[in-house]
Amino acid sequence: MSASQRLKIAFVGNPNSGKSSLFNHFTGLNQKIGNFPGVTIEKRVGHSTLKEGLVAEVIDLPGIYSLYPRSLDERIVSEILLDHKSESCPDKIIVVADATNLKRSLLLLTQVIDIGLPTVLALNMMDLVAKAGISYDINALSVQLGVPVVPINARKGTGLEDLKKVISGPLHIPTKNIFEVYPEARGAVKMVRDQLQLDNDYEAYHILQQPKALGFLSTQQQQFIESVAEQHNCFPGKFQGAETIHRYTFIQGLLDKVTLKASNKSWKQYNSALDKILVHKIWGYLIFFTILFLIFQAIFAWATVPMDFIDGMFASLSNNLSEVLPGGPLARLLTEGVIPGIGGIIIFVPQIAILFACIAVLEESGYMARVVFLMDKIMRKFGLNGKSVVPLMSGVACAIPAIMATRTIDNWKERTITIFVTPLMSCSARLPVFTILIALIVPDQQAFGFFNLQGLTLMGLYLLGFGAAMVSALVMKYIIKANERSYLLMELPTYRWPRWSNVGLHIVEKTKAFVFEAGKVIIAISILLWGLASYGPGEKFRNAREHVLQESANLRLTEQGLEDRISAYKLENSFAGVIGKTIEPVIKPLGFDWKIGIALITSFAAREVFVGTMATIYSIGSTDDQTTIKVRMKDETNPETGGPRFTPAVGFSLLVFYTFALQCMSTIAVVYRETKGWKWPMIQLAYMSVLAYLSAFTVFQILS
Amino acid sequence: MSSGNKNVAQMKPGEVGIIAGFTDEQLSVKLLEMGCLPGAAIRFNFTAPLGDPVCISVLDYELSLRLDEAATISILN
Repeated sequence: MSASQRLKIAFVGNPNSGKSSLFNHFTGLNQKIGNFPGVTIEKRVGHSTLKEGLVAEVIDLPGIYSLYPRSLDERIVSEILLDHKSESCPDKIIVVADATNLKRSLLLLTQVIDIGLPTVLALNMMDLVAKAGISYDINALSVQLGVPVVPINARKGTGLEDLKKVISGPLHIPTKNIFEVYPEARGAVKMVRDQLQLDNDYEAYHILQQPKALGFLSTQQQQFIESVAEQHNCFPGKFQGAETIHRYTFIQGLLDKVTLKASNKSWKQYNSALDKILVHKIWGYLIFFTILFLIFQAIFAWATVPMDFIDGMFASLSNNLSEVLPGGPLARLLTEGVIPGIGGIIIFVPQIAILFACIAVLEESGYMARVVFLMDKIMRKFGLNGKSVVPLMSGVACAIPAIMATRTIDNWKERTITIFVTPLMSCSARLPVFTILIALIVPDQQAFGFFNLQGLTLMGLYLLGFGAAMVSALVMKYIIKANERSYLLMELPTYRWPRWSNVGLHIVEKTKAFVFEAGKVIIAISILLWGLASYGPGEKFRNAREHVLQESANLRLTEQGLEDRISAYKLENSFAGVIGKTIEPVIKPLGFDWKIGIALITSFAAREVFVGTMATIYSIGSTDDQTTIKVRMKDETNPETGGPRFTPAVGFSLLVFYTFALQCMSTIAVVYRETKGWKWPMIQLAYMSVLAYLSAFTVFQILS
Repeated sequence: MSSGNKNVAQMKPGEVGIIAGFTDEQLSVKLLEMGCLPGAAIRFNFTAPLGDPVCISVLDYELSLRLDEAATISILN
């Protein structure tokens, strides 16, 4: 059977309903994360063996509260469920409901039932309901709703076999309509239904109400629907409120019939000891900043060991391969372009994995919602949203998954501003550049007895990036005009222990996003840059060896020293060198010479390339050893002054430049996809380049 | 506007009320979906340290919303 003929099952449910846990139980590691066509909403698809010989394709749709979408990821669900002719339309739907919050979950269920696809209700968290002294008559519930109901515990994985049995058996299209289309809209609904040949009235009703939100409609169809809507005076949202109330009335009546034993709901003071501390005036912020501090500590302290290991591994792989392989451009492309390129990506994996492990734990436990709650007012002052905290925090590891994380922000303006400023947060790729430059210009001394000056400088750079992000957000707040309203309306979930398999999957997802999104670009660019640095125009490049031999005839160089000199000479006369020399007049006011210019060019696509380029330029061979590079950079003299090239002025100017510049091709690519156009990535690139140039200029002019 | 029409933004921690209606049609649709139904009991739990947003209980779960959003829910008590 081909994949398209396979049984397709979709998981639909409220956020926090346990949908993703259930999905993970169904698929195990048998899942992959892709994107929905055209948008970067994560699409989690997997395969699950329902019974012997029956494998189904299961898809985990984003959590929604109703079929009337609010944000981009919610819209995806409506599109998939409403477009019955599409290949991606599921054959069967499992609605996952949080039994502790049944009313709200049933709102979505009744909408899905009316859409007319075979549906099963999976009643999750029944254990928690039972603890509160409530239980539901599952049979009665099933009869009243007209769909099978299966109680499950998605965290423990109980009830899954029953659910699989029901879903693999024959299911009917629900015959009962819970909500009947209003008489005023019936004429219009009939016209839409006949024209588009839809399966039922409610489907037509939805299309009639929100044609603009549904991407599968052609322009022609949209125009037709709009004209019908106008003719019948059906403007968007007209009946939506009434429909919701109607559904809740039905649900209330239903629950009255099926609730077996209601506890005496003592509506007492809200009583969560944890919330008393975690959102406390003082403790709340103190705890949040302590957690932030611990996370950064973890990133920097724990990640060094695996990072050194990866670094060493790729270096020796490169060395060994270059010894084994026959010479020639192809072998050099592999050992000098491709392998260091891949190594340059993998080396960031430990930091990214640790950060996302921390974020996943915070999200799973319910604490992240409290952080949003704590920060919303402050963030709003800067044109952001409480939900911008997660992207900004993630930006410290890598801007790519961070920018993808902005899709939880419903409001377009707040989301755009968050995307715009996230790359200003100092990501892990800036760290090697910072480390080497700081070691070069800041003395390793204690200030005030216990602060290390180098550590303070590093922290200052992170704060500088953060400050620039916030100020830029503030500026954007006044520049961007938007009529769209900003909402918060967010559930504060009950605190609970994280489910570790979910944390694990979260880490894998985010790391994959980095490795594959950033990876593609970094490898492509590192190959291109290798080409630029390895080939050059003219005679000087071709006859580099002769030139160097001539120049250093009486220097008594060792063989290694000679080779290093030749590669430096080659780089100087390569395409990259030529470009570096061409831009020298432009970067001179920042205190940079053409050698630094080469590094700026090579790090245009990925800033961490700076260190490697420095090593090559200063002809110390292909070493990544920081001390060697540092010593050599220290010795470099400025021919104009006779003093050292890397004066504090030049060093700080470079540091500030690297803090602000958008030297990351992958970020540009991700922003392009997330904002669906070149406008924002180009504005961002221009803005950050100008900011970097002007700041570096100011710093250099003041300090020198 | 009658002074008897109180809204959620004016409630104090621990105070309980019944939702009477909404003053913002656009927002009411979202609030209804989140379970804020006319007639439902609503309890004001606490505000964020800076006074905004606030946390309320409705339908046996906790919902956080901004003060200007809370101000669109009028209550009886």
